[in-house]
Amino acid sequence: MTGEGSSTPLGRVRGLGSAHHGGGHWLRERLTSAALVLLGIWLVASLLMLPGLDHKTVAGWLRSASGAVPMALFVITAFVHAIDGLKVVVDDYVHEAGNNIFLNGLILFAGIGGMAVALFSLAKVAFGAAA
Amino acid sequence: MSRNPDRPLSPHLTIWRWGPGMLVSIIHRVTGSGLAVVGLAVLTWWLWALAAGPDAYQSFATHASRWYGLVVLVGLTWAFWQHLLSGIRHLVMDIGAGFDLRVNKLFAVLTLAGALFLTALTWFIALGVSQ
Repeated sequence: MTGEGSSTPLGRVRGLGSAHHGGGHWLRERLTSAALVLLGIWLVASLLMLPGLDHKTVAGWLRSASGAVPMALFVITAFVHAIDGLKVVVDDYVHEAGNNIFLNGLILFAGIGGMAVALFSLAKVAFGAAA
Repeated sequence: MSRNPDRPLSPHLTIWRWGPGMLVSIIHRVTGSGLAVVGLAVLTWWLWALAAGPDAYQSFATHASRWYGLVVLVGLTWAFWQHLLSGIRHLVMDIGAGFDLRVNKLFAVLTLAGALFLTALTWFIALGVSQ
């Protein structure tokens, strides 16, 4: 069931596997990593270039679209990449099925939960509702 | 997957001769896991405090500027740059390049040196601006 364009190792595994995910997880980890190179450098550079890191300055920065939109992208991409990356570590070292599902489930729930809290907080600041 | 305890395990950390490539590979995992757990926790706390108002933000800032907060922040800065640089090294290796032993070793050492340099540079700028 190898389709056309399957000359590379990645091309051969895409869509395969029992869940038909093939290299999808592997590929998403790489794509989010490439995005995080840009977003991560943007975040560090932005923090360094702000005139201060007090509440007023940071909140003012995140009220602008040029601050809030890349920050939302960073939060989403970083949490997705973290969930994907931790899953690789867990899958490499935790082989017992029950423990594996428990740990991966914990990582997934904590990751999505953390992302929701971070995005809610960012939205509150961005829309000017922060105290 | 259950393991037959009568069968030998494949060679692991204790048996391989240490080299820069192996060291950077392990550090990539450690820094990635640290960023995923500690880094995202700090990011979420920071955004949450920002949304909760100046008092909550001041509490975050007070912890962040104490010695243990600075240890965590400097550690995260190093982990960020190390994971970014060794991540780029992995992306290069994913396309099948950089496997020549001498080049591979050189790139591995460069990520270690580069991360230390960028961490120092980041904090040099950060402390210079806040004075």
